[in-house]
Amino acid sequence: MDANKSSSISSTNAVARARAADLLARRDRYRIVEALPWIAAIAAYFAFPNQMVLGSQTLILILFALSLDLILGYAGIVTLGHAAYFGVGAYAAALLITDVGWSEPISGLVCAAVVSAIAGFLSGLILLRYRGLTLLVLTLSTTIMLQQLGNLFRDFTGGYDGIPNLNIAPLFGYFDYDLYGHTYYLYCLAVLLVSFCVMRRIVYSPFGQALVGIRENVARMHAIGSPVHWRLVVAYAISAGLAGIAGALFAQTNTLVTLGVFDFDQSAAVLMMLILGGAGWLYGAFVGAALYMVLQNELAKISPPFWQFGIGLLLVAVVLLTRRGAFARLAKIDQHLP
Amino acid sequence: MNTTTAPLVPALEVKDLQKSFGAICAADNINITLPSGARHALIGPNGAGKTTLINLITGALRPSGGKVILGGEEITSLSQAGRTRRGMARTFQVNQLFRGLTVLENVYLSIGERTSACNGLWRSAGREAAVIDEALDHLQSLELVADACKPVRELPYGRQRLVEIAIALAQRPRLLLLDEPAAGVPSSESHLILDAIAKLDSNITVLIIEHDMDVVFRLADRITVLVAGRVLTEGTPQEISADDRVRSVYLGERREVGRG
Repeated sequence: MDANKSSSISSTNAVARARAADLLARRDRYRIVEALPWIAAIAAYFAFPNQMVLGSQTLILILFALSLDLILGYAGIVTLGHAAYFGVGAYAAALLITDVGWSEPISGLVCAAVVSAIAGFLSGLILLRYRGLTLLVLTLSTTIMLQQLGNLFRDFTGGYDGIPNLNIAPLFGYFDYDLYGHTYYLYCLAVLLVSFCVMRRIVYSPFGQALVGIRENVARMHAIGSPVHWRLVVAYAISAGLAGIAGALFAQTNTLVTLGVFDFDQSAAVLMMLILGGAGWLYGAFVGAALYMVLQNELAKISPPFWQFGIGLLLVAVVLLTRRGAFARLAKIDQHLP
Repeated sequence: MNTTTAPLVPALEVKDLQKSFGAICAADNINITLPSGARHALIGPNGAGKTTLINLITGALRPSGGKVILGGEEITSLSQAGRTRRGMARTFQVNQLFRGLTVLENVYLSIGERTSACNGLWRSAGREAAVIDEALDHLQSLELVADACKPVRELPYGRQRLVEIAIALAQRPRLLLLDEPAAGVPSSESHLILDAIAKLDSNITVLIIEHDMDVVFRLADRITVLVAGRVLTEGTPQEISADDRVRSVYLGERREVGRG
């Protein structure tokens, strides 16, 4: 009888074990609904052929917000200076064209990604020693300093007038850019897709799991021997690299870059988009950036103040109503301060 | 191993450890030596500095003076993570769990950090079969497999307490520091925790803070009594229970608190 009982316990255990392992293994399988944003993006290409400039800008902002999601949504680090890496990427791509004379766009993106990832890595080494209010102020002021550095070396960066007339070579040496931005749109969409797949892979990796651990309980991460600082620095560098790609796309598609990319508004806007769509689930960037851009476009047609007020009201509603979502997460971050 | 000629290195030595917070001396010249495989209890009234001592040993706090020596190696200047990687694990008096993650993911993280699997950012977390298998082994030995896929925050407190221990055990520690492991657990479930501790491999050295004297007498082979940041006395459970000073400062107080 005893043997019977123990064998039935061990078989229930075996079933439960298999089920648990299976659930974890399936976590990152692609689901059919995940095709939706991409179908919508392709549908938009055919449905709104005259809106491709707006469309490209939206895709760029989705990528920018997505990059922020890695550190804010997954690792739980709140920053107000993400525009710094967007800007570094934009200038890297622009200077590559004007000063190096290299105008092939895809290698330009890679170059921008590397430069901004290095910038993220180096600044992260120092910045990520701090949390909370200190980190907010430090990230904010880093971005301001970068902007002023750009202003100081105006011969190089063109100051606030920026670097105009960036001519990028045709895509794959063949597809040239039309006035309506159709090529740009598909280019941005492809870059977003690749970046998204990279990001998704990282988020579901053991490293990504450790980032979530840091968000959930940094004290326990220290106690189980996690090199928390290094984990964060690596995540920050990846995030900065992706933001840099977004910045480079921005420079390439606008054929212009100015020091405005470092504006506080940029950092604030990308944070708003992510909160709007929800941090920590990859698709928040898509929902938030698209909503933000459509509202900006539609409400501003009525009147500019209407847009500002509208987005403010919407944010208040999101933050107050989704306590278990974005806001709860932000609030929780503070509990984990040392 | 030739134990006759090699001198036995203690698993943990705490030498003249000091910590003051302003004018308050939370640890005053504390000396404790734990031979390998010891089951050592740390008792004392509230505010005696028991948790502070654990924080000093694990590196969560920096001492104002003194040394911590783990298996013969001085680790006083090492970070918390560095000490953990040298075989020290702890549980917390108040649960420190990854509340939004499942029970399995909680233990997964502990193993992933120990084995450096968490350095991998281009692999799927769900396909680390060795990590998952070991995590499930730990859950099974604490009878947590049925809850493996539930978010920790949805478990009753007693079960959460078990997860707290599972995370520490998943570090495969040489030295395990348990800070009131059964605190707040209903007596109907506390036996699970006590059994788990009693079943621990005899190579693991255990330092346990515990208020429940029945538990202390059941688990510990030696007891250190801490009062106001100082070691009042140390001895076997029999010696401690016969010590009048301990009765007056500790056991008596507990009795009053317990009945009052």
